[in-house]
Amino acid sequence: MTGLRGKSAIVGVGTYGLGEAPGLSEYEIMTGAIERALGEAGLRAKDVDAVFCTSMQQNMGSLTLAEYLGIQPRFSDSTVIGGSSNLAQVLIAMMAIETGVCETALIAYASNQRSTSGRLVSSSKPDPYEAPYNPRQPITSYALSASRHMHEFGTTREQFAEVAVAARAWAAMNPEAFMRDPLTIEDVLSARPISDPFTVRDCCLVTDGAGALVVTSAARAKDMPKPAAYVLGAAMAHWHRYIANMPDLTVTAASESGARAYEMAGVKPSDFDVVEVYDAFTINTIMFLEDLGFCPKGEGGRFVEDGAIAPGGTLPVNTNGGGLSCCHPGMYGMFPVIETVRQLRGEAGDRQIDGAALGLAHGNGGVFSSQVSLVLGTQATL
Amino acid sequence: MSDAIAGPGAEQTYFDHLAEGEFHIQHCTACHKAVFYPRAVCPHCGSDALEWRQASGDGVVYATSVVRQRPEKGGVYNVALIDLAEGARMMSRVEGIAPEKVTIGMAVRAEVDRSGDAPLVVFRPAGGGS
Ligand SMILES: [Zn+2]
Repeated sequence: MTGLRGKSAIVGVGTYGLGEAPGLSEYEIMTGAIERALGEAGLRAKDVDAVFCTSMQQNMGSLTLAEYLGIQPRFSDSTVIGGSSNLAQVLIAMMAIETGVCETALIAYASNQRSTSGRLVSSSKPDPYEAPYNPRQPITSYALSASRHMHEFGTTREQFAEVAVAARAWAAMNPEAFMRDPLTIEDVLSARPISDPFTVRDCCLVTDGAGALVVTSAARAKDMPKPAAYVLGAAMAHWHRYIANMPDLTVTAASESGARAYEMAGVKPSDFDVVEVYDAFTINTIMFLEDLGFCPKGEGGRFVEDGAIAPGGTLPVNTNGGGLSCCHPGMYGMFPVIETVRQLRGEAGDRQIDGAALGLAHGNGGVFSSQVSLVLGTQATL
Repeated sequence: MSDAIAGPGAEQTYFDHLAEGEFHIQHCTACHKAVFYPRAVCPHCGSDALEWRQASGDGVVYATSVVRQRPEKGGVYNVALIDLAEGARMMSRVEGIAPEKVTIGMAVRAEVDRSGDAPLVVFRPAGGGS
């Protein structure tokens, strides 16, 4: 499965309304991100022939978006597999572009759920085998996984807190991040408890926000204004939907999606300059660092200690501040991709990793359910 | 599976058993594994030859959390994943013990709680509790 390696590239990215966007509709903030992404690529809406959109607030998102923008696409996709949907759509776009089904794909996401409801919006109906027990979903599912990680490997609440503290330190260098005030391990531990072992500071933000990507063929990308981020590897996997059916609560299907994406790209974990993973909760970063091969299984808690993934640490992880401190508009998957592209272009300002050439963007959906890994690289990595 | 297109299906049958105060789970007669949640086919081998058997009621806590809500939203309570002796896993809660005292590896016994709006399976510490 190396046929798609480097054949497609992300040539435009855009964000809009990260944090709070009161008085604006979902498609209004989405359009803000799209105008920026298309602008970077030197394109207009009429140049787009494939529309990908995921919405938590209505289905058929790509139909609504195409209508809104006045696009009559050749290909359309409204995949909903949770927060990894937009990364899955990059893989779908790669296949569609390489097979000639379309040339230029627009992938967009937005939610105004902070301004309209103030809490995480669920896009799925309650499960009859879970709902009677009133788990606070999705938080409790991840908390159950965390309990298991603590039991099997001795992972501590302080180690979970390290993840939140590192994310906040990166966010302090990102003008777009929603929460940028200093955060300490003690702050995390003493915050309002939600579902043991998590306090509110172990949990992602609830924000508004929109993101957009423009994906086209590597051949067309050469003529675009911005340096392209080539998709060297892409893979998805899922092993369960609901937490009771996750085979082992300490191992995610990222161990499969990551391995296949690396195989396509011909890379190994130590090759990456930046790592952007979907941190819905502090346990996510720890589990993904293990499952994506940055440390052995069970060592994630010890790996993140002493600021190892914070600015100045040994591995730059979630350099935009992540879902914990940058933004989390219901589905966060778009934003690890955008941050990776900005790092590869050298556009990340104070938080820029010098000479970043290879990045990993990893998305998670459901309750550690759907996993999608993307390996992105500069032209030098082709 | 019978060609007759009529219920009750597996989901309805499970809740019908609970309504009678009985906890039954499916077993696959082809691969001999327990199946939960109830399905029309076995997720282990694909067979549709599933039969209902009364659960032993024995289980072990696999994972546990304490949900901390405001009193008007349910207060403080346990949510756990229970490994049933038959080999399947389900979400439930452990009662008869403080929620934060529920520990991974704790042996528990099932009972059907019919006191609320809908019957459900809950667990208590085995050989103890109140
Ligand atoms: Zn079977």
